[in-house]
Amino acid sequence: MNALSPFPAPLGGACDAPVIRQERGQREVFCGLTGIVWLHRKIQDAFFLVVGSRTCAHLLQSAAGVMIFAEPRFATAILEDRDLAGVADIDDELDAVVDRLLTRRPEIKLLFLVGSCPSEVIKIDLSRAAARQSRIHAPRVRILSYSGSGVETTFTQGEDACLAALVPTLPEEAPNAPPSLLVVGALADVVEDQFARLFDALGIASVRFLPMRRAANLPSVGPNTSFLLAQPFLADTARALEERGARHIEAPFPLGVEGATLWLQAAARAFGVSEARFHAAIEAPRVRAAQALTHYREALAGKRIFLFPDSQLEPVLARFLSREMGMRIIEIGTPYLHRRHMASELSLLPPDTPIVEGQHVDRQLDRCRAAKPDLVLCGLGLANPLEAEGFTTKWSIELLFSPIQGFDQAGDLAELFARPLRRRVRLEA
Amino acid sequence: MQLTLWTYEGPPHIGAMRVATAMRDLHYVLHAPQGDTYADLLFTMIERRGARPPVTYTTFEARDLGSDTAELFKSATREAYERFSPQAMIVGASCTAELLQDDPGGLARALNLPCPVIPLELPAYQKKENWGAAETFYRLVRSLAGARCERPQRTRKLCNILGPTALGFRCRDDVREVEKLLDGLGVEINVVAPLGASTQDLTRLGAADFNVSLYPEIAHTAAQWLERAHGQPCTRTIPIGVGATRDFLAEVARLAGIDPAPASQSEESRLPWYSRSVDSTYLTGKRVFIFGDATHAIAALRIARDELGFAIAGVGTYSREFAREMREAAARYDVEALITDDYLEVEAKVAELQPELVLGTQMERHIAKRLGVPCAVISAPTHVQDFPARYAPQMGFEGANVIFDTWVHPLMMGLEEHLLAMFRDDVEFHDAAAPSHLGGKQMLQNPSASVVASDIVLSWAADAEQELKKVPFFVRGKARRNTEKFAAENGLAIITVETLYDAKAHFAR
Repeated sequence: MNALSPFPAPLGGACDAPVIRQERGQREVFCGLTGIVWLHRKIQDAFFLVVGSRTCAHLLQSAAGVMIFAEPRFATAILEDRDLAGVADIDDELDAVVDRLLTRRPEIKLLFLVGSCPSEVIKIDLSRAAARQSRIHAPRVRILSYSGSGVETTFTQGEDACLAALVPTLPEEAPNAPPSLLVVGALADVVEDQFARLFDALGIASVRFLPMRRAANLPSVGPNTSFLLAQPFLADTARALEERGARHIEAPFPLGVEGATLWLQAAARAFGVSEARFHAAIEAPRVRAAQALTHYREALAGKRIFLFPDSQLEPVLARFLSREMGMRIIEIGTPYLHRRHMASELSLLPPDTPIVEGQHVDRQLDRCRAAKPDLVLCGLGLANPLEAEGFTTKWSIELLFSPIQGFDQAGDLAELFARPLRRRVRLEA
Repeated sequence: MQLTLWTYEGPPHIGAMRVATAMRDLHYVLHAPQGDTYADLLFTMIERRGARPPVTYTTFEARDLGSDTAELFKSATREAYERFSPQAMIVGASCTAELLQDDPGGLARALNLPCPVIPLELPAYQKKENWGAAETFYRLVRSLAGARCERPQRTRKLCNILGPTALGFRCRDDVREVEKLLDGLGVEINVVAPLGASTQDLTRLGAADFNVSLYPEIAHTAAQWLERAHGQPCTRTIPIGVGATRDFLAEVARLAGIDPAPASQSEESRLPWYSRSVDSTYLTGKRVFIFGDATHAIAALRIARDELGFAIAGVGTYSREFAREMREAAARYDVEALITDDYLEVEAKVAELQPELVLGTQMERHIAKRLGVPCAVISAPTHVQDFPARYAPQMGFEGANVIFDTWVHPLMMGLEEHLLAMFRDDVEFHDAAAPSHLGGKQMLQNPSASVVASDIVLSWAADAEQELKKVPFFVRGKARRNTEKFAAENGLAIITVETLYDAKAHFAR
């Protein structure tokens, strides 16, 4: 099977490339603040302070509160009438909140002030506030800012904004530094460790990850740095790294056996690793990943799936599901499509796959109902209503909260899609 | 600016959503940025509703701010009317849209839609969720209930039940229980609202002889207006607890001009006998801390002291609108009320008072867990667990039964407590051990470096052991067993990281 070959030939040419259409209307997606839910666990001594409204606090609590039982490393500084009316001095108020917070959590080394819709609309300059507070709290705590507002960011773009804010603070690598690899995008720790071992087996000596697990472990960056994107939603971060002189290694994303193979292969080629060494390094995990996938192929092959827009992972998932699991793609929704970063993914999609960028949720639901898919990938607001109508759904936020990248998670990724189908069969039996 | 880790209430437009979602054939158009649609999941995930809330969001983005957000609002409203054909619409702004000052009410009026359109002014930087729900319900009632009409004299009196909403704490079951109580008295129900009511139902509110307000946080404003405009008196007693339920029946009987005796004798709660039975002796004087919305916290005071024999260590509410009522109630129980919506302040209070039981919200459950104090949930904000599959009202006589079980079960059983006091150094009973029925016993870690499986002695390489720790704890045991089984079957003596993943792939299902 083509998908199992380490070097699959791209399918599509320019003539039968996927059909990309744009749609506008009500969007049923999270805002960028939601990224805090996983970022605050990834960077273990960082804290995220949203400067926003009660709605922001309520969102974070609703999206995350039901899942997290320890005290979170995020909070909201809620704007009140007196802040808006100019009765209170925003700078003084914010300084007091940050003081209180840092006193309560002395272990925090990195604080992000996170902009929201209201703070953007009333134009609170958080970068200036961050610089001022950095001076107050240096060297114990560094304070940075970014915007996770819904007027500017959709869901995973919050992570992009956060990492892009980190890039200018990364140390400059030495001019004569040996070539190094930077893997960009939050991954589960276990996935990161697996990739580190594989890069080691390929003989790529210097490999670092962004975001780092500890605030102090900032990777250095410069013209001898090459970077691989582990997630498809990092447009601004990639641009910021390129401005620092780093070179982007274009590749598909490491989902599924094929994705993981091509992603690693792109790095191997950029670092001059021989084909023989590459094959030797990935052979064992590749074979067992392929074996793991066979368990799920029967459940998924031939099934029709409709993907609602959520995380920008949708085209990547569709490529995996169609090429490795034999699923048929009805529609790929994505909140935003980065043409350049997604180019190698798009070329692997079945010809004429409809891609819809943006959203008009009611029309999309009409199309979904008319198409009667076997499986629907969608957000939490739509999943139970669609189930109640008789559809089988997979909630998409789980794809951000589960380790799904790399060879040893390929089976888990397939399982996420197979389980709802299997469950439905069980409950009907 | 207020530092907030958790919030007891959402913004006021969430309150409006709770009213809209509770009703039929009403649609809410909310001027809001993309991202505010997260609110849908409160209803579809936490309450497990099988339909989307009847809400259209304009979901404007940065590029719309530069052009015309007002036009976006108009087209969204027009489209929502055409698609959903509601009998009435409510329109308003969320926190961000409030800053844009687009005037949703005026814009919607200009569309001349062929249904009533009711504008909502919900100041997001001053008010909160319950106020938003109360205001929305009041605006709906005021707009739709019409003018006062003459009510005929009837033998069976007619009443409305006001206050239950979507996403409300046990509203679904409370309504059923209260309907049963009213039926027992021979009182007929005209309309229940907002939960399950159509906009048409709201036009019939005036036909009732009086109102029953179940949740003052939400019903109070509308009930007051109905009292003034339609001459309908309203109940004051909330039937939570045995004593309060009896008082409620008496109050309803008085409003309906009937004899309460048959109803209060026909069905009673098991709570009084369970509380008197000797096994409950251990409840005597247990120090409880109570926190929740005002309605549930005030009701809990009476049950805790007078019906279960607890001692009140402290009480409080996040419902600032009902601070006066809360303070008065607290004074009757010789405590001072804590009025705050600051989670950190509540946490400090619980730590200071060191109660033996916390009766609170999901937030207090977090606090109690951290402090190692048993806790039962008595009030919103709600969590998926607060929508149980079984019938579990808080109100009426069955509600009192539910409350007895819910509050008493987190505590140690009487005999267990005695044994604990007698054998303090017992390995399972030592100070740090939690009650056995809560599964709180500390499992000793068994870091077995090598195990015997079949005939081969297996050992774990250090890095494999390390890798295993990355597996989530709740499946780690299974991962360990599977890996060892796999290694044994394949004649491997040393388990490496590779073995771990080979086994994972082998057992993948």
